[in-house]
Amino acid sequence: MAELLPTHPLEAWSTAFERLPDTVRVVVEPFVAMVDVRLGDVGSQARSRLGVDLPTVPNTWVSTDAGRVVWLGPDEWLLTSTTEAPEELEARVRTAVLPMGGSAADVSAQRIGLRLTGAHARDVLAKGCSIDVHPRAFCRGSSVQTTLGLAGVVLLALAGDDYLVLVRSSFAAYLADWLLDAVLEFSTTHHS
Amino acid sequence: MQLIQCPWCGPREEVEFHYGGQAHVAYPDNPAELSDQEWAHFVFFRDNPKGRFAERWCHSVGCRRWFNAIRDTVTYRFECVYRLDDPKAVTS
Repeated sequence: MAELLPTHPLEAWSTAFERLPDTVRVVVEPFVAMVDVRLGDVGSQARSRLGVDLPTVPNTWVSTDAGRVVWLGPDEWLLTSTTEAPEELEARVRTAVLPMGGSAADVSAQRIGLRLTGAHARDVLAKGCSIDVHPRAFCRGSSVQTTLGLAGVVLLALAGDDYLVLVRSSFAAYLADWLLDAVLEFSTTHHS
Repeated sequence: MQLIQCPWCGPREEVEFHYGGQAHVAYPDNPAELSDQEWAHFVFFRDNPKGRFAERWCHSVGCRRWFNAIRDTVTYRFECVYRLDDPKAVTS
């Protein structure tokens, strides 16, 4: 039987992204393990069992030893890990939250990450997103679930002019095309 | 574009939200005892006031949580939003 190798939905866009100017860099992030956690009661127990404080302030994220925890809702979080395999992360988190009445589901294949950096990254986002992403209002540690273009995204502020866009894999091609179109204005040389 | 205040995420554009109809429609205590007519009234019949109306909304693009809102159907103005476990809001 032929071996099934994981392919990235944006493989075909890598050349186009490489041609972008330094003022708007788009980098496709490698796959990371992601787990969706539902937990009604976030007490001190959650911290000791999970090893991380689940952020309870809406629209925020915190970093962990090897990943991030993103607030998705009053009882929902997205845990990511760059060191664990998806099934390992899912099993570990599920063991931790199950006794507290919570649940964990592997959603690694659901979203892919696009890193937007550069002086004009903010201007590109502003073309299709109504959220104020200026560092004054959207500093490191802020996150937001909204639409970019017509695609639903989770947007994380990693630093000033440094954003991570998590988009559903099925919308990745659309968003990649949308980004390339939005960047045109800031490209010195236009590629068709 | 009109902004709607999500009780969790804050003000967002209205396209991020999904309308859920009239709020506070209580499920019948004994559904098995309802006549077809009473059942139809529960399922299909809703108030249609001109003025303040308690409605359900879902922040479908954001936190995906349902909440209630008092909206004026004449002016489209949202007078207040409140969570599902809060009592029905009273506006003056």
